[in-house]
Parts: sequence; structure tokens; C-alpha cells
Amino acid sequence: MPKNPKIKKVLVIGSGPIVIGQAAEFDYAGTQACRSLREEGVEVVLLNSNPATIMTDKDIADEVYIEPLTTEVVKRIIEKEKPDSVLPTLGGQAGLNLAMELADQGYFEENNVRLIGTSSLTIKKAEDRQEFKNTMEKIGEPIAASTVVHSVDEGAVFARKIGYPVVLRPAYTLGGSGGGIARDEAELRDILANGLRLSRVGEVLVERCIAGWKEIEYEVMRDARGNCITVCNMENIDPVGVHTGDSIVVAPSQTLGDREYQMLRSSALNIINELKITGGCNVQYALNPDSFEYCVIEVNPRVSRSSALASKATGYPIAKVTAKIALGYTLDEIPNAITKKTYASFEPMLDYCVVKMPRLPFDKFISAKRTLTTQMKATGEVMSICTSFEGALMKAIRSLEQHVDSLLSYDFSGVPDEEFLEELAIVDDMRIWRVAEAIRRQIPYEEIHMITQIDVWFIDKIAILVGMEYSLRNQKLSEHLLREAKRLEFPDYLIARLNGVTEDEVRTLRNQFGITAAYKMVDTCAAEFAAETPYYYSVYGGENESVPQHDRKKVLVLGSGPIRIGQGIEFDFCSVHCTWAFSREGWETIIINNNPETVSTDFDIADRLYFEPLTPEDVENVVNVEKPDGTVVQFGGQTAIKLTEALMKMGVPILGTSADDVDAAEDRERFDEVLNACGIRRPKGETVFTAEEAKEAAHRLGYPVLVRPSYVLGGQGMQIAISDEDIDQYIGIINRIAQDHPILVDKYMLGKEVEVDAVCDGTDILIPGIMEHVERAGIHSGDSISMYPAQSLSPLAKERIVDYTRKLAKALHVKGMINIQFIDQDDEIYCIEVNPRSSRTVPYISKVTGIPIVPLATQVILGHTIRELGYEPGLQPEAEHVAIKMPVFSFEKIRGADISLGPEMKSTGEALGISKSPEEALYKAFLGAGINLPKHKNMIITVRDEDKPAIAPIAARFEKLGYRIFSTRGTANYLKEHGVRAVRTNKIEQVHPNLMDLILGHQIDLIIDLPPRGIDHQRDGFLIRRNAIETGVTVLTAIDTAEALVTSLENTDRGRLSLVNIAEK
Amino acid sequence: MKASLILEDGTVFQGTSIGSTRTCISEIVFNTSMTGYLEVLTDPSYAGQAVCMTYPLIGNYGICYEDMESLQPWTDGYIVRELSRVPSNFRSEDTIQHFLVKNDIPGIAGIDTRALTRLLREKGTMNGMITTEDVRYEDVADQIRAYTTGKVVEKVTCPEIQHFSGAKKKVAMLDLGVKKDIPDNLRKRGCDVTIYPADTKAEVILASDPDGIMLTNGPGDPKECTEIIKEIRKLYESDVPIFAICLGHQLMALATGADTHKMKYGHRGGNHPVRDLMGDGRVYITSQNHGYVVDVDTVDPKIAVPAFENVNDGTNEGLSYIGKNIFTVQFHPEACPGPQDSNFLFDRFVEMMKGAKHA
Repeated sequence: MPKNPKIKKVLVIGSGPIVIGQAAEFDYAGTQACRSLREEGVEVVLLNSNPATIMTDKDIADEVYIEPLTTEVVKRIIEKEKPDSVLPTLGGQAGLNLAMELADQGYFEENNVRLIGTSSLTIKKAEDRQEFKNTMEKIGEPIAASTVVHSVDEGAVFARKIGYPVVLRPAYTLGGSGGGIARDEAELRDILANGLRLSRVGEVLVERCIAGWKEIEYEVMRDARGNCITVCNMENIDPVGVHTGDSIVVAPSQTLGDREYQMLRSSALNIINELKITGGCNVQYALNPDSFEYCVIEVNPRVSRSSALASKATGYPIAKVTAKIALGYTLDEIPNAITKKTYASFEPMLDYCVVKMPRLPFDKFISAKRTLTTQMKATGEVMSICTSFEGALMKAIRSLEQHVDSLLSYDFSGVPDEEFLEELAIVDDMRIWRVAEAIRRQIPYEEIHMITQIDVWFIDKIAILVGMEYSLRNQKLSEHLLREAKRLEFPDYLIARLNGVTEDEVRTLRNQFGITAAYKMVDTCAAEFAAETPYYYSVYGGENESVPQHDRKKVLVLGSGPIRIGQGIEFDFCSVHCTWAFSREGWETIIINNNPETVSTDFDIADRLYFEPLTPEDVENVVNVEKPDGTVVQFGGQTAIKLTEALMKMGVPILGTSADDVDAAEDRERFDEVLNACGIRRPKGETVFTAEEAKEAAHRLGYPVLVRPSYVLGGQGMQIAISDEDIDQYIGIINRIAQDHPILVDKYMLGKEVEVDAVCDGTDILIPGIMEHVERAGIHSGDSISMYPAQSLSPLAKERIVDYTRKLAKALHVKGMINIQFIDQDDEIYCIEVNPRSSRTVPYISKVTGIPIVPLATQVILGHTIRELGYEPGLQPEAEHVAIKMPVFSFEKIRGADISLGPEMKSTGEALGISKSPEEALYKAFLGAGINLPKHKNMIITVRDEDKPAIAPIAARFEKLGYRIFSTRGTANYLKEHGVRAVRTNKIEQVHPNLMDLILGHQIDLIIDLPPRGIDHQRDGFLIRRNAIETGVTVLTAIDTAEALVTSLENTDRGRLSLVNIAEK
Repeated sequence: MKASLILEDGTVFQGTSIGSTRTCISEIVFNTSMTGYLEVLTDPSYAGQAVCMTYPLIGNYGICYEDMESLQPWTDGYIVRELSRVPSNFRSEDTIQHFLVKNDIPGIAGIDTRALTRLLREKGTMNGMITTEDVRYEDVADQIRAYTTGKVVEKVTCPEIQHFSGAKKKVAMLDLGVKKDIPDNLRKRGCDVTIYPADTKAEVILASDPDGIMLTNGPGDPKECTEIIKEIRKLYESDVPIFAICLGHQLMALATGADTHKMKYGHRGGNHPVRDLMGDGRVYITSQNHGYVVDVDTVDPKIAVPAFENVNDGTNEGLSYIGKNIFTVQFHPEACPGPQDSNFLFDRFVEMMKGAKHA
């Protein structure tokens, strides 16, 4: 079937802000799909509230709306743009839910808009628990005994019938939000109450627990004619019970025979045929390890995180093919873009092993429970490819950039045996390290398997790695041993460490024996056909297939690794645009990255893609083969910056700002010299190495002070200290992570925080715009609400900011990007941070100003001047609209994480509000961030004494909006004295009913809780915030955010929302 | 122990010996299936060949004897990147290492199987020697080049008639190197199956008055089967419904005047898309194992029409015979290893047998 000629203009709905369970993979899928639609001549209208995405670029879609994902917005866009079709299956659960809501209302039908891709009927059959169950029963596909409940009591009755433990899965939530395993009725009541609240339709599935079974996934494709294929299957090393997003996953399955493999494959095809899926689909199974018994866990009738992983693991572009199928093509009409010889209607065959590992945020949330459950907690992931499982696992571990480099990275050797056996049962992010320790303690495989339920095959592979550790410690480094260690992907420095030699000695030996990395191609077909797309992975021991070209100048672009808090999708945006810009300048482009969720690792972004860890050794191996003419490090976040020194040693020219100047910005003393030379003030501060020195410095500066390690991103380890006790605690936390760099102690200043991204060509600077933070200094810029153009700066302040930016950029000899953060205290401007690289705000500011900053910076790096590129240097004229970037958090996913905001970044994503009116922009930004207060009109305010004067007028405004305000004694009295009718409530340690009862009573919309500065030593505040978040209540911990929210609410009732098409010429 | 694989073009791969340590010379082919190594080892169609598995991790789930496609392994040699040290599966009864030793199959592990595959893809299928001895290419080159698979069907066919009774349709199966799952598929459908040795005369088969005849898969160059082709011609001329798979499909084509040719490196794996040319144009993912193919241009359109084609390279994957109850396929609807998507063809055969009798 050829393309449906009636499809001319398609609305694509994106997935909104990055949250745990819905991350960069949807930008990857959406971007690929939009490009795929446009190459068919279809006009694309895009809606996504997330400004950090590549899909919201005006070169990806024809019309771009960065607006809140609400039904009203979709309706408005459909009225304005009149698309003939909507493609909802590429925007994750958020996009799908939105489309389903409109389909249920009959809106699409009334307006003659068709849903393309999988139909709404199919989506319902797959997503609605009861319909899904009925469908599976109809076609004889087994599912675990289960029922859908609408109340806690109903659930308790059913659970008693099928027996504990039971799994709880709320309908229509992301990443298993609100789900979990309940071992008894108390747990069931707790989890179920929360799950019912989080489910859009108030439904939760209670299901027989099949924890411990093998968890297997199939990625399948089907076209409208009924052709179906499986793209790949995947096996979770962690058995059923851990969300697949948090599991270590291997592709293809390793422990399934052909019988099991084909049984589940046939089942998956049977299911998608019955559901009449058109496009990509994910089917998850639990397989009894001791029989052929299996259960279908769930079906995702859309592209997903798993499909992104499967695409990268096989080379098969699922989103691209899904888009083509939506247009009416059949699989055998769509060419395989990798081989260019075969068609999309074939199944990829792998001749390598892929390992995915989750990047978990426990380094950010130190108080959080590390336990892994059916509720996803990972913010991102890494993927690695090797011909052996052991090699792929080793590569994945060092790709995590989480201070782990091998199975030795967590030390359990001090734990007594008995205690260790108990710990081995813990299911958390350190589990495979414990398995390795178990092997070191010679615990039999069978026993490890009994405790962990991990398949013996994987245990043996871990044992092979442990065996190599032992050999390296105890044997002379012979050629054979070295070859074997490299085959297992032990990095040189680890071999050196274990063998008691130096890294240079290892390298010399390798050169002597000719042990070098070879590159193999990911070609979808196990070498059966010659493929055209250069997508490589490294392996030791074999023929090198990568034949570099040398006919053009060649640049190496470093990606930014896994998505983590503080280094998100923004840096992928920058890497991709930099790559495209080099391409346009006629350069050959090479990307190294290890994140399967990103656009940068799509097969057709760079000329050549290396899917590798971003460590000096792995990068050097690529450099040795490719011999690039230069590299750029300023777009790949801290990951790339950290590689600068190593790249220089390899002799690769750093294009743009020199490494020395980067160091001048990061090294405290050198940077002070720069500031002095420029005559720019900064908060007083000192560089220290120990807690004692830090306390002395703090006394000299006077508390409060800001304490942080140098060379960090996202404010990791940064805290405000108000006492010596705080300092002791922080330095302890900082030192948990090996520190090569000194610690900075600065005087903490309260003022307006202002941020600037600029491009400097060595002579002139270009400032697209000045951004002002709503929250005063002290809250990490990534967690602050950011407004462009700055709303409250005086002309003098602006002038100074532009002047300082120019001076700093020139003093640091910046060529390319620079990001500076200032504090404005009554027009006195202090510089608090300079990053001579691309920042988190670059995509946002590019989009709202219409200035393509990354391409400009790239051209500047290549020697063009700002004037030559058609821009008048200096601060650019302000745009007509106000654009507000709102941080989005995923606190409800991380049990035990403290949600109060501070200098350490905690948000996972962002949403944009854009409008000609600042109030509407603010309203849209809150809406886009999902802050949609229910209608109970009850709120709680608890603040420290010093904030009481500031909160009173805000409370009064909430009251005027009809909110009933609950407070504990102190705050309540103060508010009453100031004319607010606050209701006094007991503190949580006092008699019931108290504050906690109010929260758990599901009657509260909002909590404003301002914790004391410094470490909150009170357990109360923490408990209130956690319980609130877990019951779905919005919590604000900064007074400025509260004020912004009330302003936004005051402007809620404003009639029709305006729309801004950022692609409009 | 060290082992080497020496190819007829002089390429040498150094690895580790697995299985038997004896030297073997064979035709080297590659298979891209990611699972089903035991089914591959015991598929009689591989007789006369040494198989390189492109998937690098082999032996992960051990040996589950009930998955064997025949009573013994037939491959001359076995080439892998890595054999699993500890297999893991609830059905596993043995390790692949031990299985190879027990069955005297020589093999080599630890070589760059992808490099070998690329070489075979570029240069076409080649002969090679797997040996643990220290030999020079120059000394064995002629010996390697001289190897042919020869009349290998004789080797793999059953020595005598076997009968599996069933209540429904009576199928006579000519065993050209049958995989167990072909009779199993018919028996699952209630058929009464009699398996005849490859040299059985057509008259004997027809005299048993079968409802249908099944020509099976098998090894080697179809043109070597000159005697069998003559008998198949007679079967063609009877009115008995015939279903043929793989070698059976090629022999029926040869028996009716078409030609076959050797492919550069064949189709061996579980991911080959095949388009149904007779029905709705649907594409099925199929299991394949063949190095020869029916030359579709030589098929007389008055005798047969293409029923299936390969989506990747357009080669013939099946024929439907005009005016006859005969259809033949190049791929393997019995799967094992591989996808079961075309399994419905056995139903079609059963329907065909019903139709013929009651027509």
C-alpha cells in the first residue's frame, strides 16, 4: 500500500517535560518521526511544552508550538492550523493520554481530524486494564491473575483471594508511577491509596506477583496490511519485580532457547495482530524460569524507552518506520536505511551483545531509598555493545560516569558473611556489585541464584570478570593475560591498578603485543549484507572495519553521556546542532556517545557514530583510528569538558576556547585574577581542602556560606551552610565521592539572579538575551523559574551585565559559547559563576529569541565573525513575547528524596510558557509543568520566622482566590495578626488530627513549606514534604515560587489561551 | 588446544579447538540465527558443510536433547566466537562442548566470526579446513579446493521406511534429509505419516495410495540428485497433492524442466522476509537454510508460477504448479530454529489433501 494521499498536514504531539519514566527517548523518537514525515512531503505541526528538545526546532517541524500539553491547547492548534491528521503514538504516555482524552470527547471526529498510526480503539484495548485482560483471554494469551479495582477495600478483598504478594499497577501513569509490590495488607493499603490518586481514571490493577520470573521484552512492528516483525527481544538481568527502566537489560535474550524465544515471539505477533497495532509496539513478558509458562505483563502500543533502546541496539529505526506506516506504507515498501539494500520488513540479527544500565539518581538524593521496585527511578541510561557480555557490561559500567569503573567499585569486603548474605537479597542499584562480592566470597552460584533470582548464566559471566580481577592481581602480565583482560574490556588503568604496574607500562605492553581496539559495524544483519551506515562499537581481538576517510576536515564531537539531573537533554541538543553546523561547513563529523535515548546517537546525525564510553582510553582508541583534525568539548556538558586534558595529550586540537582558558574560569585563584583584571566583583570566597579550613574560611566570610566542590555541574554537592556543623556534614558528603579538586567556600548573597548565554568570536560578543530568575540566589539556576526577557532589571543593571559579559568573554579568550551567572543587588552586579561552554539554557534561549546560538557558536569556532554572520554584536533586541522556563521535578518517583530546593539541582526537566503577556506566560509555564491545582481550595503554609513578613501578603492573595489556609501555631498566629484567616492545626508530633492527617486526607491542593536555610535538622518538614509529594500534592519550598504561582492563579481566568508559533517567520 | 581454520583463498583464522580434535575439510557457510544452535547442528541439510554462527555467544542454554532435528549432528565442523562456560536452562541436559566431543564434531572457537562472515559474503561460500595440526596453507590448498559435498542426500536419508500412524490424512514423505519438525507438524494435525528413504521408487510411494506427498528438505547440490529427480517427475505426473520444502522444492523444479543455481553465499538464518505472490502480498518472516535456488526465469509459466519471493534479493521462494495440487517452498515453514509465521502452510497442505479427495 503506498502512502495515503489524503494525509498532508500532521499534528505531532511530544511528551512534555523530562520526568523519570519519560525522558529524552521521546525527543529522539519524535525528531526521527518528524524528519521521516517531512521527507514524504507531509507538513508537520508540532506541539511539545519542552523547550530543551530538538523536535521543537523550526528545522524539524514546519510549525512549532511550545505550549502546555492540555486538551485546550490541542484544540486551539487544530482550529488554527487545521491539520488533517494527528499522530499521537510518538509522544510517550503524555502525548497518548492527551490524544485519548480528545478522542473520547469525540473532538477529532467532529473536526474531521483522523488519528493516524494506531487507532484509539487499539490504544484502549492495550491500555485499559480490563479491556486488555478481556482481549488477552479472547486470544488465549496468559496474563497473571488480576483485577481492576477502584477502591482500597476492593483491592484488599481481591488480594486476600489470590494471596500476597501482589503487584499494583495504576492505569495511565508514567514509568509505573504509584505502583509497587505489596507483601501484606498494610502495604497494599498504603500503595493502593496512592496509586488510585495518581491514576488519571482512578483505576489500579491488582495482580498475582510473579516476581522472580525472567522478564523478557519484544519490540514488534506491524503495518496496516498485517505484516509483522520483531525488531529485537531483550532480557532483563533483574528478574520481574524491578521496572525494566531500572533493570540491567541485555539484547538479545541470552538464556532463552529457540523454543522459548519463538514461543514468546509468536505470542507477541499474535497480540499485535489482535490489537491491530499499526507501528511500533512493546510487549513485556514474565517467563517462568523452570517451565514454558509465561504471562503477558503489559503492552505499550506506542514507541517507548524500550523501543529507543531496541533501535539503537539493532540499528532499526523504529520511530522512522512507525511514521511511515502511519502514512500508509507497508513494511516491505520502506527501505532499511542502514543497509540500503534490504527493507523494513525483515528482522535484525545481532552479532554482538548489548547491555543497558540505568543511571539512577541516588548520588543526588542521598536520603532516598535505593531500593528498586516496579516504580522506575532512573533518570537516564547507558548502552554498550561488545561481542561478549562481559565486555559489554564493563563498558556500560564505566559509561555511567558515576564513580564506578568495574565490579570493584563498591566495597563490601568489610561486611561479615552472615550480614552479607542478607544484603545480597537487597534489590538496589548496587546489586551486581554484591553478586561480584558473593563470587569473591565463593558463595556457590546456586545459592546466589536462590537469593537474587538472577540467572546462573549471568552469575557465571560476573564470575569470569571476578576471575580476571584475581588473575591480574596474582599473575605476571603476560601477553595472553593482557589480551584476555582487554577482551573482557578491563581499562588500562584498572589493569595497572590490579597488577601493580603503571598505566604507561600497560600501554607499552599493549603496543608491543599489538593489542588494539578494533571497530565493528552495527548493520542490522550480522554482516549478511554490506551496510552503508557507519555506526561502530569497539572490540578487542578482531578485524577493524572502520575505514576512516581523510578527504575532508574532520571533527570529533563528544556527546554528554547518560541523562542525569544537572546534565540533561539540553546538552544533546547542543551536540546535535554543533554536528549539523560542522556538516554545513563541509566538515566530516564523528560523534562518540553512549546514551541510547538521544538524537545524537541516531544513525544519521553524524557522518560516523561510535557507541562507546566517554573515558579517556575509549576516546583515544577512536582518535587513533579516526585521527580527527579537531574536537569540540564546549557542547557536551561536563562529560566533554572533563575529557579536555586527555584530548590535548592525544594531540587533538581543541577547537574554540582553549583548555587553559577553561581552566582559568574553573580554577578559583586564576578566576579571581580574571575578575580583578576586569574590575568585576564577586561574592567573597576562598578555596580550601579540608573541613577545618572550610570552617575557618566560613568564619572569616561570615555565615551563611555556599560550599561546593569545584568542577561540577548541576551544583552537585553544593550546599548553603549556616553553621560549623553544616560544614562538617557537607564536606563529609562531598568526600564520599573521590575528590581531586579543591572545595570552594563563598559568602552567600541574597539577590536577584541573572543568567546570560553569549557567543564570542574573540572580538565581539553576541548576547541573545538576559534571563532573570524568579527565585533569589541560593536556589540552583536549573531549579529556578527563568524569565526572558528579564522583567525587573534596570537599564543600568542591563548595561553592566552586557559590559561584564563582554569583558569576561574577552579576558577568557572565549571562542564560542560562554554562560555567566550574576547576582544583581540594587544594580550592583556580582559575578557568581562563569562557564566557558554551552549551558542548560541554550536550547530555551535559542528558541525564544529565534537566534540559532549553537550553529553561530560553531561557525565562530571555525573562524567566522559575528558581524560576518549577519549579527550586530552586543545584546540583541528583546523579543515581543515573554518566555518563562519552569523546572519540573520527579520527586514522587524517588521515595525518601528531600524535595526542598537549594543550591544543588534537583529538577529533571523543564516546560515553557510563552506569551505576549508576562502573566499568561507564567500561567502557561505552570500549566506546562503539570501544576494544575485541584479544586479543594485548601492549602498549608509553614514558614520559618524570618519569612513570615514576606509570606503574609502572599497568603492574603491566596485567600482572596478562595483558598483556606492551614498553618501550625506560629504561622497561623502571625497570619491572623496580618488579616489572613488561617486555620490553626497541630504539628505532626502533636495529637490528631494534625498536619499529616490533612495531607493524607487527600484534601490539600498545595503546601508552601519554607525549610530553614542550611541543613534541615527537623524531621517534621521532611516528613510533611515527602508525604505530600507521595500523595500527589504540589509543594513549594521557595517564597518567590509561591508568589509566582499566586500571580499565575490570579490570571487563570483569562478566557482563551493565546498561541505562539515559534517557527513563524 | 589451538586450532586453525584455513580457507581455500589462503585466509587463516587462529582460535581454540572445540569438540573433536580431528581435522576436517568442508564447505564453510554462515548462519545468522541468534538461537537454535542445536537445531542447526542436527539439521541434515548441513551435511557436508561446516557452519559458522554469526551470533557470538553460543551454548548459553546448553543442550536440550528434545530439540534435536534428527538423531545426530550432521555438520562437518562448527565455528563460533565464544562457547558459554556454564549453560543455563531448565531443560539443559548437557553442554555443547561435550556434545561436540561425544559426536566427534571438530570445531574452532575464539575467532572473529564477523570477519569470516564478511569474507564469505564478499567472496562467496568457500571450502576450508579446521585443524589442530600445524599445517601450511600451501601444503593443503589443493586438498581444500578439491572438496565437494557430493551425493550427500544418500548419507542423511533414513535407511528404511518409518511409519507414524495417525487418524486423518495419509502422507507419504520422501526423506531427502528431513528435519524432525516436518513430520511432527503433520502429526500434530492428525496425519498418518510414512517416511520413505530417498531412493524409494515413485511407484512404491504411489502404490501406498497416499492422500498427499511431502518432499522434504535436504543437503547438497540438487543437481546431484539425478535419480531422485526422475522419480519426482513421476510423482508430479500423478494427481496426488504434493507439498515440498527446500531441497524438495528445488528437485520438483528440476523435475519439471526448470534450472537451479548456486547462490553466492546462500540464505541461512531466521529473518528472511518472503512475500506471498498469490494472496494478499503479505510478507512473512521465515527460517531459511539453502545455498541453491530455483532460477525463476527458467520456470515454464505454463507449468508453474512463483508463489513466494524473497523481499531482500527477489529470489524465488516458492512455486505453485498450474493444474496440479502441488506447491513448493524454498523456506522452512516448520521453523526450528526460527519464526513460526509460515506454519499455516501445513494447514494449507492438509486442506489441499481434503480438497483432492472430495473434489
